[in-house]
Amino acid sequence: MMTNPVGRITQGQFSFLPDLNDAEISAQIQYGLDKGYSWSVEYTDDPHPRNTFWEMFGMPMFDLRDAAGILMEVNNCRKTFPRHYIRLVAFDATRSIESIAMNFIVNRPENEPGFGLLRQESDGRNMRYTVRSYAGDKPEGERY
Amino acid sequence: MAAPEYRIPGQATASPEPAEVAPAAVDQPSLGNARTVAQVLAESQVESVFEELDRDLVGLVPVKQRIRDIAALLVIDKLRMNVGLAAETPSLHMSFTGNPGTGKTTVALRMAEILHRLGYVRKGHLVAVTRDDLVGQYIGHTAPKTKEVLKKAMGGVLFIDEAYYLYRPENERDYGQEAIEILLQVMENQRDDLVVILAGYKDRMDTFFKSNPGMSSRIAHHLDFPDYSVDELHRIAERMLAQRHYRFGDGAAEVFHRYLERRIEQPHFANARSVRNALDRARLRQASRLFAAPDRELDREDLTTLLPQDLLASRVFAEGSKH
Repeated sequence: MMTNPVGRITQGQFSFLPDLNDAEISAQIQYGLDKGYSWSVEYTDDPHPRNTFWEMFGMPMFDLRDAAGILMEVNNCRKTFPRHYIRLVAFDATRSIESIAMNFIVNRPENEPGFGLLRQESDGRNMRYTVRSYAGDKPEGERY
Repeated sequence: MAAPEYRIPGQATASPEPAEVAPAAVDQPSLGNARTVAQVLAESQVESVFEELDRDLVGLVPVKQRIRDIAALLVIDKLRMNVGLAAETPSLHMSFTGNPGTGKTTVALRMAEILHRLGYVRKGHLVAVTRDDLVGQYIGHTAPKTKEVLKKAMGGVLFIDEAYYLYRPENERDYGQEAIEILLQVMENQRDDLVVILAGYKDRMDTFFKSNPGMSSRIAHHLDFPDYSVDELHRIAERMLAQRHYRFGDGAAEVFHRYLERRIEQPHFANARSVRNALDRARLRQASRLFAAPDRELDREDLTTLLPQDLLASRVFAEGSKH
């Protein structure tokens, strides 16, 4: 059974929903800002689910009050990497939390070939499974 | 296998639905159905800011009038929008020119408040910067620095103090020009998100605008802050003292008036700022006067009163007597 027939990456929040538009993204950013989170923009073209460390686009943005500033940075990143995955990450600096509170994808390549399942026979009749991104064969920067 | 009940995003067969979402209007007062000026004023509570402006700021009549004019335009625009007439976001960038200590920063703070109440800026905070915050020290440093400041100011007012320092004609490779270009771009493209106020001394700002015609044409409102008269300065002084729980003792008010008349003639007179410094020095002398009598019992009266001798010890009077 194909559970994800279009091969869309489903990482972070809202990834099973249709892509958010800019107004919706602004509303989410504003929600985070009102909670006191600091946003940062990250991008990657290696969508493997275990690839949790994406590249930072600029510095994390502290002390912002309004979503427009962060949206400006998102648009900047979209212009620079139109066919990369771009996500917004909100960091909650509250003592004893100090971790990521929100995280969602705001830009994805037009064509996402998805993942293939690799089977490896090992000792006895054991099977090992792993996933491989079809786009991942090409070198970095040429994947999408 | 049953077809999934959810719509699979990005699938060609799915009919694209236009996502109509109201823009994030979290903090804004609801001015949606006001029909009269009074309604807009009541709902946005701009009147109370005007009252504060009149009450807290001495003098500055032309500036207050101009702020009222701008607010009137914004109110009428709101009403036009409510009945469906075209009302494009007006250009609200301003330049405040005037001598030091004439209240440019204070008025900018109030301006941010007014614009916020009318819903023209979403947050209404003021980010005050100078050249150092915008211009970097080496190639490639300026753009990120300026952009960071702009991002912080989004949804509020960016107040650039002594803006003429941004442009240094004597050094053609100065990075200030780069900051100006980024500013101009954002001032033009993100008028809804940000209001820029440039402040500085009149003559130097004039040269700045002359050499940056792009900047000048994007600024709709030029406000000139006049110098204060002696009477106005005196009222400011009394207000400052009241705030700090001090008062003039017998004859001290007259002495301070004479002090102001002399000080205003001298170089480096910075209006309200000079008044504040003079009062600070008077407090210092009052403190040492009281300190000199360690056994005296001090009551509330002694601790709050500035006597004439606290003011007469000033340098201003000393120089005056030499002539």
